[in-house]
Amino acid sequence: MKPKAIKCATPLWQLRLYVMDETPKSVTALTNLKKFCETHLKGRYRIKVIDLAKEPQLAKGDQILAIPTVVRKLPKPVRTIIGTLSDTEHLLVGLDLRAAV
Amino acid sequence: MKKPGPKLAASATRLPKCPTGIQGLDEITDGGLPRGRPTLVCGGAGCGKTLLAAEFLVRGAVQFDEPGVLMAFEETEKELKANVASLGFDLEGLVRRKKIVVDYVHVERSEMQESGEYDLEGLFVRLGHAIDSIGAKRVVLDTLEVLFASLPNEAVLRSELRRLFRWLKEKGVTAVITAERGRESLTRHGLEEYVSDCVILLDHRVNDQIATRHLRVVKYRGALHGTNEFPFLIGDDGISVLPITSLALNHQVSTERIATGVPRLDAMLGGKGFFRSSSILLTGTAGTGKTTISSNFAHAAARRGERVLFFSFEESPNQIVRNMHSIGLQLEPLVKRRLLRFHSQRPSLYGLEMHLATMFKEIAAFQPQVVIIDPITSLMDLGTVSEGKGMVTRLIDYLKAGQVTTLFTSLTQGGHALQQSESGMSSLMDAWILLQDFEGNGERNRVLYVLKARGMAHSNQIREFLISDHGIDVVDAYIGASGVLTGSARVAQGDLEKAAVLASQQEAAQLKREVERKRKALERQIGDLRADYETEALELRRIAEQVGTRTLLLGTERTASGILRQADAKVAASTRSKAKPGRKI
Repeated sequence: MKPKAIKCATPLWQLRLYVMDETPKSVTALTNLKKFCETHLKGRYRIKVIDLAKEPQLAKGDQILAIPTVVRKLPKPVRTIIGTLSDTEHLLVGLDLRAAV
Repeated sequence: MKKPGPKLAASATRLPKCPTGIQGLDEITDGGLPRGRPTLVCGGAGCGKTLLAAEFLVRGAVQFDEPGVLMAFEETEKELKANVASLGFDLEGLVRRKKIVVDYVHVERSEMQESGEYDLEGLFVRLGHAIDSIGAKRVVLDTLEVLFASLPNEAVLRSELRRLFRWLKEKGVTAVITAERGRESLTRHGLEEYVSDCVILLDHRVNDQIATRHLRVVKYRGALHGTNEFPFLIGDDGISVLPITSLALNHQVSTERIATGVPRLDAMLGGKGFFRSSSILLTGTAGTGKTTISSNFAHAAARRGERVLFFSFEESPNQIVRNMHSIGLQLEPLVKRRLLRFHSQRPSLYGLEMHLATMFKEIAAFQPQVVIIDPITSLMDLGTVSEGKGMVTRLIDYLKAGQVTTLFTSLTQGGHALQQSESGMSSLMDAWILLQDFEGNGERNRVLYVLKARGMAHSNQIREFLISDHGIDVVDAYIGASGVLTGSARVAQGDLEKAAVLASQQEAAQLKREVERKRKALERQIGDLRADYETEALELRRIAEQVGTRTLLLGTERTASGILRQADAKVAASTRSKAKPGRKI
């Protein structure tokens, strides 16, 4: 109920997290991303986790080099953040949620 | 079971090589790049790194059935396809036939934010996927260093690159990694410390306004390789490296002799002309008839049915045909019959290497038995002396390998000592004919002599040759007190000798006349004497007759008188005989 209402008001965030198997870095990144989204984008985000170990052909599309990588597909423009997302400040800047200092 | 033994041993001692298929590069590296290992190709901007890498892949896919992956960091797939298409590589088709995978890796620093730890597993995944999708044996990473600009954390990048090269080795692919040349190190970001098996350095230099590319194998672990700098060029069929020293001196030799087109010159060369597949140098100052003699040679060869390729760097084909027509040499029919082919180019059109490559290509296409290069000095002037010599060496090696007889003409400067100015080339030549101008008597005359002719008895004489509307005529030069006499001096000398002969002839005639006269005088004398004798003899006979008659007459008279005085006669006779004793008394 609640997400639907918000979706109408502000655009939905589509995030893709590229990981490799269940490596510690990948697991950490997913945990961090979820935590971050719950804090800053509660109810208006979708996370799609792509495991390149299973679908390597998908790496080309989003020009993935580093693992883990988060790609913000929506809202435009596309943003890329690489790393375990442990640095929240950088993450906020990277996702245009706060202007770079 | 016995046979494979030595074979295995041989392959075990030799580092496995991966042939590039690039002309000349495999010769320098003695078979190609180290198989299953990464090779670093570094060089400045625009020196052909990407092209070399791309050709390695394309030739691998086409010639050696080794599919390849091209991971491009700088150029997009589309750009790459267009770029290599201009060299005749159908990258598009190879991609379609799944022989090559092109993956364009693009990272925009401004769109990327770093947050926490990461690695470059994504790159590995992509590369691994590309390799596995076509079973690639070859990989090109062009130019990996772009990552240094895209990724903020250099420490991570470095450790990941180290891992990448190890991983590539484990994969067993032969990789070529291109890198930008650094100021003091081989590469700007020190990639050479990761790739230590083979390093190739490319270079693009401008010398006297002419650019030449060079290639050098800086390092080749575990294998012999040419360490020199080799010129290479990018033609319309890819790269060709032109090794100078790769060819060994083991050409096949021919004992067949071919005529020069000038009979007297053949005579000077042991009567039969040059050896087939020899290299001949024809030197002379301007206007000594180099092109004319070369054209004669070409004409003679083409008339024998051989194919002749005439490289002219000074005159256009039409000009040569016209000029030779004026001395009675018809080249046009031979051109029409495709026996003679001209290739004219301005020397300054491009660098030495490009000329050489063009010539190689022409020679390969026309398959001539005789090649004429008129003049080689125009080409040699394009580079330094050593470059020029290197070029001639390569050309000679190439032509000798193909059993081609080659005539080089060489223009010498008036002031130089002939031998000295040709020292760079002459040692490479089998025969050397020198054309020279002789000045004197207010005229210039041409002479020629054979300076050297390996493996044949040859004349040591200086001969004058005349170019008339019947062609070339070699005549004997007179040796006079002041040296060789040519031209009008030679004619004058001839006249002089003729006069001398005439004089002695006249003298002989004179003498003959004298003798005749004497003989006649003698005969006359003899005649006179005989006439005298005969007169005297006649006289004598007449006298004798007279005497006889008189005696007879006397006798008759005496008899008559005796008859008349019979007694008297007896008395007289007895008185005469008695008178003597009477005197005693």
